[in-house]
Amino acid sequence: MAQSPPPLTAPLAAARLVITRDLMLAFRRPEQLLHPLAFFALVATLFALALGPERATLRLIAPGVLWVAALLAALLALEFLFRDDSQDGTLEQYALSGQSLTWLLLGKTAAHWVLTGVPLALMAPLMGYTLGVPAAASLGIMLTVALGSLALSFIGSIGAALTLGARRGGVLLSILILPLAAPILIFGSRATELAIRGESYLAPMELLGSIVVLSFTLAPLAAAAAVRISLE
Amino acid sequence: MTWTWFHRLGSPPYVYALARRLTPWFGWSAALLMLAGLFGGLVLAPPDYQQGDGFRIIYVHAPTAWLSLMVYTWMGVAAAVGLIWRIKVAHAVAAACAPVGASFTAVALATGSLFGKPMWGTWWVWTPRLTSELLLLFLYLGYMGLRASFDDTQRADRASAVLAVVGIVNVPIVHYSVVWWNDLHQASSLTLAGKDTIATSMLGPLLVSLLGFTLYFGAILLVRLRAEILRRERSAAWIREALA
Amino acid sequence: MIQFHSWAEFWAMGKYAAYVWPSYALTGVVVLLNVAWARGLLRQARSEAQRRMALQEERT
Repeated sequence: MAQSPPPLTAPLAAARLVITRDLMLAFRRPEQLLHPLAFFALVATLFALALGPERATLRLIAPGVLWVAALLAALLALEFLFRDDSQDGTLEQYALSGQSLTWLLLGKTAAHWVLTGVPLALMAPLMGYTLGVPAAASLGIMLTVALGSLALSFIGSIGAALTLGARRGGVLLSILILPLAAPILIFGSRATELAIRGESYLAPMELLGSIVVLSFTLAPLAAAAAVRISLE
Repeated sequence: MTWTWFHRLGSPPYVYALARRLTPWFGWSAALLMLAGLFGGLVLAPPDYQQGDGFRIIYVHAPTAWLSLMVYTWMGVAAAVGLIWRIKVAHAVAAACAPVGASFTAVALATGSLFGKPMWGTWWVWTPRLTSELLLLFLYLGYMGLRASFDDTQRADRASAVLAVVGIVNVPIVHYSVVWWNDLHQASSLTLAGKDTIATSMLGPLLVSLLGFTLYFGAILLVRLRAEILRRERSAAWIREALA
Repeated sequence: MIQFHSWAEFWAMGKYAAYVWPSYALTGVVVLLNVAWARGLLRQARSEAQRRMALQEERT
């Protein structure tokens, strides 16, 4: 008995389904989400320990430390963006489903940001406080890290897709992402620095915003191409 | 408009034979022009008003920097062609480009530092031009690392091609960084349209060097391409004749 | 035409010698290295291909 193929849902609805699925799966196993956060706290703490307790010094380096730590944590988190789905064959099903793989990956990456970038952004003011940053800057820190981590998730998804099934994928991922993530690091830490000083951080945020727009429109395309290549 | 030439360029034996024929032309003309540029830059060009004889570094710094960008562009275009039309020879071109591009990016950075120390007083500044050029080096290294991490040639080709295409965005950033931002690195002295801001007596050797280095890259690429093609075409019949 | 009046002047490069000569030397070394590298790769590829052809002919 021949079945007609399932109707093609609109890409946006398909993306939404993927987001819901990923969020539900993540909440069943929340331990995985804690690793990047713990790593973030660890790196920030290590910097603080190494540079001594002088509050003025710490506040000076706080934006840079926060961003390096956030970038490293995001790299760690990117490793499980595609890992589980590639191992159990779900990724292959996505590619074969007839839906736009680009949109499906857009959904996955957006869900990944909600699960990793948002908690990072919420935690950042806390680590900032341990680095001598005034509490008044908390909102600014959260917003700048949130926007930057969004761009990082999308650009990182390209690297994660490229290194699927490659030897020593984790290290390679970091090397690949670095040149592409550098602008995010530069503008993000600039924005956070201005926020900490209580000045307007609109200009770097706008630049970050344009990187976000570029990356969430183009990165899923590249990631989809990379995923298809890894499935061949 | 016949596209035969395009299709022929997709055939490994044709490209191999063509590369073999063209290499001496590129090689010898490159050697001639590079030596002429060397002589002109070191000996004939007058010293700069501000920078004295130190400015002569530009005759190696500018060509190597030009090469670092041009090679990446070729690599990216070849990668895109390989991805879109699935032409293996294009992937071979991209693979051959990378190590050359990386080595000259490193030289461009080093000669730039050697230029910068006497002129600006520092070996390095994190300005957009220098930073994006450094990122270009990381892109090359990432490309080569990604290639090396796959055992299957086809997957290595296609994955690294995606990376090369994504990274192309850095090339205009490096080039226009001195236009878009106030960079310590000086703005371009050469433009395709409009007046050049460099003296003619200094310009001559520079153009000769640029052309020489470009032809040099062509020669190196052709040799490497032949090696790549031989490695990939495991036991094709045409190889026996080609090696004779 | 020739800007330097003596070899000593030439080598001194107007007190910039410490920067000019390492730049040219480094560039020259990398230029030559790339030539040697490329030719070595081709030589290696040719000998490997020849070995493969020889093995094939032995089998047939």
